[in-house]
Parts: sequence; C-alpha cells; structure tokens
Amino acid sequence: MQKSLDYLNLDELYSEEEILFRDTVKSFVYDEVSPIIDEYYQKGIYPVELTPKLAELGIFGITVPTEYGGAGANYTMYGLAMQELERGDSAIRSFASVQNSLVMYPILKYANEELKSKWLPKLANGTAIGCFGLTEPDYGSNPSGMITNAVETESGYLLNGAKMWITNGTVADIAVVWAKLDGVVNGFLVEKGTKGFSAPEMKGKYSLRASVTSELIFQDCEIPKENRLNVVGLRGPLSCLSQARFGIAYGAVGAALSVYESALEYSKTRIQFDKPIASFQLVQQKLVYMMNEITKAQLINYRLGRLMDEQRALPQQISLAKRNNVEIALESARLAREIHGANGILGEYPVMRHAANLESVKTYEGTNDIHTLILGQDITGFSAFA
Amino acid sequence: MNILVCISRVPDTATKVIIGSDGKSIDPKGVKYILNPYDELALEEALRLREKNGGNVTAITVGTAEATETLRNALAMGADNAVLVKGDEPADSYSVAVNLADYAKKMNPDVIFLGKQSVDFDSLQLPSMLAEILGLPSISVVSKLTIDGTNVSAERDIEGGKEVVSTTLPCVISAQKGLNDPRYPKLPDIMKAKKKPIEEIASNNLDARTVVHKMEIPLKERKAKILGDSVQDIEMLVTLLHEDAKVI
Ligand SMILES: Cc1cc2nc3c(=O)[nH]c(=O)nc-3n(C[C@H](O)[C@H](O)[C@H](O)COP(=O)(O)OP(=O)(O)OC[C@H]3O[C@@H](n4cnc5c(N)ncnc54)[C@H](O)[C@@H]3O)c2cc1C
Repeated sequence: MQKSLDYLNLDELYSEEEILFRDTVKSFVYDEVSPIIDEYYQKGIYPVELTPKLAELGIFGITVPTEYGGAGANYTMYGLAMQELERGDSAIRSFASVQNSLVMYPILKYANEELKSKWLPKLANGTAIGCFGLTEPDYGSNPSGMITNAVETESGYLLNGAKMWITNGTVADIAVVWAKLDGVVNGFLVEKGTKGFSAPEMKGKYSLRASVTSELIFQDCEIPKENRLNVVGLRGPLSCLSQARFGIAYGAVGAALSVYESALEYSKTRIQFDKPIASFQLVQQKLVYMMNEITKAQLINYRLGRLMDEQRALPQQISLAKRNNVEIALESARLAREIHGANGILGEYPVMRHAANLESVKTYEGTNDIHTLILGQDITGFSAFA
Repeated sequence: MNILVCISRVPDTATKVIIGSDGKSIDPKGVKYILNPYDELALEEALRLREKNGGNVTAITVGTAEATETLRNALAMGADNAVLVKGDEPADSYSVAVNLADYAKKMNPDVIFLGKQSVDFDSLQLPSMLAEILGLPSISVVSKLTIDGTNVSAERDIEGGKEVVSTTLPCVISAQKGLNDPRYPKLPDIMKAKKKPIEEIASNNLDARTVVHKMEIPLKERKAKILGDSVQDIEMLVTLLHEDAKVI
C-alpha cells in the first residue's frame, strides 16, 4: 500500500500503536472493503459479512474499558480508525460511529451496571447491533421540539412516537431512544422485539447506499423502569453527538484522502493533448487545493484528538472540526470527480460514491449550517438559531 | 514448543523507492516501512503452531532502534517475546545470520521460522546461512507445513510444481506465499503489545563480507506502440512482428 498523504510529517506526532492500529485498519479496508463496496453501494445494501470482521479487529468499543469487552484505547485511535473506515466508505464508518459513540458511549455513561454488563460485551463483539434515535420527521436540526414521549406507569414507561433517518434501525438489537418525559428529554433503551416497537427500512437513497437507514415507530411500547438512562435534558444526546462528530471529523479526512489519491494517480496517467493532465495548471490547482485542505484538516484532527484524550475538547471545537473537514472532503470529492472526467461517474473509481455519501455526512450529526451557528454564537455571544 | 521467528523491517512494496545521494542505499525519506510480508507468513505459522501445541513465540530482528515498531507489530499479532539485536544498519546477510545464530544458540528453539526472503534486498541467503551456522536442517520456500511430534513434512514450491520434503525438529523453515493467511493485529492485542517489553541486546557489528557498490532504478520506457488499421500501420505491424519480436 502507498503511504498516505502526510505533507507536514504528522506521523511523527502519533505513537507507535496509534500508527499500527491505523495501518491495520487501512490494510483491512484495502483487502476487505474496497473490493466489494461498490457492488453493495449499487445494490443499496450493507455488507453484513463485514460486521464480525470489524468486531474481531476491535473496531467496536475502541475507547470502552476492557472489563466491558472494549479495547480501552484513546480517542486518537478511535479517530484514526474512523478515518481509515471512511476511506473505504462512509457507510462502514457510520456503522462504527453509531455503535461506538451513539450506543456504547451512552450505555457506558448513563446505564446501570446490569445493562452495561448485558449489552456492552455483545456490542463489542458484534453479536449485538445498536442504533440511536433522536431525529424525527418534523424535528431534525431542532431536536428539542421532539414529539416522541414517555409516560410513567407502575412498572416503567409507555413510549409513543416516531423517529426517522435512523442508521441501523432495522437491524438493531438495541435502540437508544430519546423521548420527552414530563416535557424533558430523557433516554431509553428499547430492545428489539419489544411489543409496539417496529423499525421499517427507508429506501430510495442516493447517498450512503451501503448503510441501513430506518424509521422507528413506538406504539404504546412498554419500557422497563431500569431501561431509562441516568441523564436528563438535551445534554444527554448532545454528549453522544460530540463523540460521534469527533469521529466524523477524522472520517471525512479518510474520504478526502481516498478521492485525492485517486485524482492524483489518475491525473498523472491520463494523457490529453499529448501530456498527462497533471501537467496542466488548472488540474494542478485542484490537486493543490485538495492537498492543502486535507493537510489543514489533518492538523485540526491531530490537535482535537489530543484534546479529546485529555478530556478537554469543547463541543464548539468539535463543531469546528466536523464543519471544516466534511466541507473540504465534499469539495475535494467534487474536484476529484472533475479530474476523472467521465470516468469520475463510474463505480470503478471511488470518487462519485464518496461525493454522494458526503452529502449525508454534511447533513447528519448537525448540518454544516448548524455548526456555523454554534460557532457564531460562541464567538459573538448572540444565538442566531431562531 | 519454543519457536523463534526472524523478522525484518522493509519498505512497503508499494513505495516508490528513491536511491540516496550516496548512490548505494535507499533514501528513507517518505518511505513507509512495514513488517516484511514473507515474515508475516512465518510469524502466522509460528502462532498457529503455538495455539495448537502450546509454548512460546519469540520474534527477533537485527537492526537499528527504528525496528522496534516492527517488533511491536509482531507482538500485536501475538508473539510472546520480542528481541532487538541493536546495532548499525546490518552490513549484509551474513552479519545478520551470525547475530541470529548467536541468539538461537542460547535459546535453543524447536523450530526457527523466517520469510523466504525480505522484499528490500532480496538476497534470499539468510535462511540457509542461519541453518548452516547452527548445523540444522533447513527447508526453504515452504507453502504447506505439517509438524507432528518431531516429524516435519513440508511442501515446497519448485519451478512448475511442488516437492514434498521431510525432516525432524529442530529445523529452519522459510515461508512462501500460500503457507497461510496472516491475521490482522487486533486492537486489544495492540494495546497489550504496548505494555510488553522488548529485550535489547547489542549486535556484534560484523564487517561486511560483501559490499554494495551501486544501486540503480531501471528507466521505464514506453515500449508499447499503438497502431491503427491503415495500410502503413499494418505493414509496420508485420515488420515489427518479423524483425523485433521474431514471431513471424
Ligand atoms: C443517511 C442519514 C443517516 C442518519 N442517521 C441518523 C441517526 O442514526 N440518528 C438520528 O437521530 N438521526 C440521523 N440522521 C438525521 C440527521 O441527523 C438529520 O437529517 C439532521 O439533523 C438534519 O435534520 P433535517 O434533515 O430534519 O433537516 P432540517 O433541520 O429540516 O434542515 C433543513 C435545512 O435547513 C437548515 N436549517 C435548519 N435550521 C436552521 C437555522 N436555525 N438556521 C439556518 N439554517 C437552518 C439546515 O442547515 C438544512 O440546510 C441521519 C440522516 C441521514 C441523511
């Protein structure tokens, strides 16, 4: 495998084991994901055979302590793994993001001991899959308006409402669901097979086609008392999103590296007007833009990873990274598509697939606009959300 | 069963090698180093033997401090111990073989595995030299191996076919593609490998018995000619096939 772009020698800053894990995931993706992903993407299905292999590598529960089946590694390693998975496809990275940051994290942080021991080891070894239900048909960027609600009963809670756009909903064994209890957002663990709970798959996507996206429907769904998470208010889901957004910041760089490296190679070998197209100024400008922006994004990630490891990263800093890196990855994918000419629209090259995937990545986990508003509020002191 | 696996740190096979300014070494700038792919096969075979028979796998390399990353990789794949015979960049295969033999004499392994060659200098000498120095039987280029008690049976790739060879332990085996499918290091094992110590011993920096004078990268020429279906092109094709390729 070719050494990846590292214009400012950032590899020198990463530890031996961080590099070893990153490169292991990179080889895995090269051997097991890249050869098959286009076919799955075109068919619109997730390659289920990857799940046990990803689990075996240790992709699920990267930062979760070993006593719960995790690896007890740092956030930087989590980030680097997301980078390499998304170099393959955003769908595979999304699967890992949801499992790690949106399911294992809240269970570890907010569930009781019994639920932790019951679910975390299974989620780590891939025998259980999780999903995270926050978004609703009428409440996306504004989850505080959610309608899904829980009512306390003698034995627990009665859940009613619907979620939409939920990654892995249909295939999940356990759903982390956010609903209002007495008007305040609370989290509940809903097990597959619970009466009144269904999760039909959403079809017809042109993006993240190799990922399962679903609705979650709750009709008088009975939830045992102990399945309520020990956190109150929007800060519960937001704390999970911070984790996942950090992984996406790294992941987006993986997609950007994939399209950049493909464009660089293509431009050196594609001859037009008797010269490689890489020798034309306009093509070089596109390549330099990508290289330069990826390098900046890598610097952001390195620093943010260390802040995460020291538990000092602020949500706004994570917003900056997610917003910037997804934006430049999408722009790079579009430029790479241009450089590949007509070949750019073929599944034989990864560029169109990444370009289409990154449209979802730009929207989920807080749209680019929402992160702009988070940052705007942070530096001006004025909220421009409503 | 005590197993010794000799490994080396080599430039990734996809690296575009650049010759250093001295004209006789590889410029390390921008080169990604990896565990030699044939050594991965050797290590995997050792790990499988240990999983079957119990015992211990020791990974050893002769090289500079940078080689610790390669040993760490071996530990993460599952080696129990790692040894760095630390010194200058080894002068030649013979100096590596002597250093490895010195360690093997102390350790007395039941079997020694190596890759059939390392993909940097491709001298293909090490397995045989090591076996010779130790006075052990050696089977090279092994693509299938069975060890039953002390009986060893191996399939070797030979030109256009296979050969089946047997010997007894202790012996030296060099690994060829097809022997197995090496595992990826798993994250929990990478975390454990971080904590395992790497034993360091000083290399006896032997003088080289062979000397590299020069390295060269062959110039890539465009050899292919594109011809159409015009009368001149067809005549040209016939001429080329007759005079250059000499096939008609
Ligand atoms: C493939 C995929 C997978 C997903 N997976 C999950 C999942 O697993 N779990 C989950 O809970 N959700 C998931 N989502 C949902 C995702 O988080 C939401 O789509 C996202 O939060 C945006 O919500 P929305 O689509 O309703 O857009 P809206 O909120 O309706 O926004 C529409 C547009 O208006 C803009 N906008 C909104 N408010 C403002 C404002 N105040 N100022 C300026 N502009 C504004 C937005 O930026 C956007 O451009 C997924 C989405 C996709 C596409």
